[in-house]
Amino acid sequence: MEANLLDVRDFSVSLEKVPVISNLSFAVQSGEFLTILGPNGSGKTVLLKALLGLLPHTGELKWRGKPRIGYLPQGFNQISVRDLPLTVTDFFGLKKIGAAKIPALLELVGIDGSVIGRKAGHLSGGEFQRMLVAWVLASNPDVLFLDEPTTAIDAAGGETIYSLLKKNWQNQSLTILNVTHDLNIVYAHSTHVLCLSRFGHKCFGVPKDVLTPDVLHDLYGTEVKLYSH
Amino acid sequence: MSEQLLLSLISGISIAGSAAYLGTLMLSRKMAVIAGPLGHLALPGAALAIVYGFSISLGAFPFVVLGIIVIWLLEIRTKLAMEALTAIVFATGVATAFLFLPIDKAEAALVGDISRVGVHETVASLILGSIVVATTRRSYSRIMLINIHEDVARSEGVNVKLYNLVYLSAIAIVVALGVDLVGGLMTAALVAIPAAAARNVSRTLSQFGTAAGLFGVISSTLGIIVSAMTQLPAGPLVILTSAVIFLVTVPLAKA
Repeated sequence: MEANLLDVRDFSVSLEKVPVISNLSFAVQSGEFLTILGPNGSGKTVLLKALLGLLPHTGELKWRGKPRIGYLPQGFNQISVRDLPLTVTDFFGLKKIGAAKIPALLELVGIDGSVIGRKAGHLSGGEFQRMLVAWVLASNPDVLFLDEPTTAIDAAGGETIYSLLKKNWQNQSLTILNVTHDLNIVYAHSTHVLCLSRFGHKCFGVPKDVLTPDVLHDLYGTEVKLYSH
Repeated sequence: MSEQLLLSLISGISIAGSAAYLGTLMLSRKMAVIAGPLGHLALPGAALAIVYGFSISLGAFPFVVLGIIVIWLLEIRTKLAMEALTAIVFATGVATAFLFLPIDKAEAALVGDISRVGVHETVASLILGSIVVATTRRSYSRIMLINIHEDVARSEGVNVKLYNLVYLSAIAIVVALGVDLVGGLMTAALVAIPAAAARNVSRTLSQFGTAAGLFGVISSTLGIIVSAMTQLPAGPLVILTSAVIFLVTVPLAKA
């Protein structure tokens, strides 16, 4: 059996000496779509950043080999580049991707190649988010870290982003670690789920096994109702 | 054209062109204003240079480097906003300078005096200005990515500490050189105004850098020539020319 792509054991992260993540253990295998779920303030973003090496931690964090990483952080939207004379071509140029390759990359995410001369900050929220997906996939990452990648876009746009990600996830053998509040995403796309709560409760496993009403109640500290029509 | 005017023009163009090009990165990081307090912090060094008769840029350089380290440490330690640190560094630099600076010789430190630049200083300006442009050009896309989102840059394998060091060193060089051209009071304008004008007329990053460099070169050339013709100080004329170029570009501003 192949070794885990990522092993996390007794993993703790503190911010200004306040513990945010305590003694967390889980493992990720190649090709998994792991969603990190939890209420505001439960440490989802902190965990993602610590796994990326952007925050100090204690405990064990072991990658198999040196996987190429792609990262779409929370709040990275067109406003981040709105004041800059930065075209879509320039934006891809920031990671040394030549203009000739850009139309094909944009086509992968359903954007017409004619946008390459437009300012990146003038794209719509949905277009910018799709462009970011193309941008992050352009360097062929092995592992993709996503932090609420569809927060600023409507439900249909969000579903499109996840469908695109899933298509690339299947085609490129990507491993995805995704932070979201959206339970639909967990059920529709994730192979595994990791739950964090402000009360120290954690769960880890296949969504249908671990996301029981009791677990959701523990996770959010209140009853979570799932409605259907 | 006199030899002195030629030396002044070569120095001025090297300093203003490189400062303006670097200014595009500083503007995109909302850091253009930082050149102001650094220029003021260079004043004690400029004062020492005037008192002991050596190059103003040479005197300014260690103080600018010290200023960058102080601001960097204070920001990490106190998490204070850049505006607050700017005020502290600004006041400290000016206060220290006026303890030592002979008031009858203050003009050169405050508004610069490129009209008396020597051959050695001109060669140094040309070499250092070229190094700043070459280094900035080579690191431009990486530093711009850091400016846009530092965590994304890190995750893409960019050595953020190294590029920040390169970036801050380039700022230290242009500010120290800038004290010779426009004095300690106006170094922020040297990086900010041409870059702001360039942003008004640019659609792409390449146009942004090129236009800023060009505006820096045009304002220093016109400022120094008008200074030679009128005997008015070159520093303020360079900045005013730059400001006129900015005003001309305002109607062309691309939203």
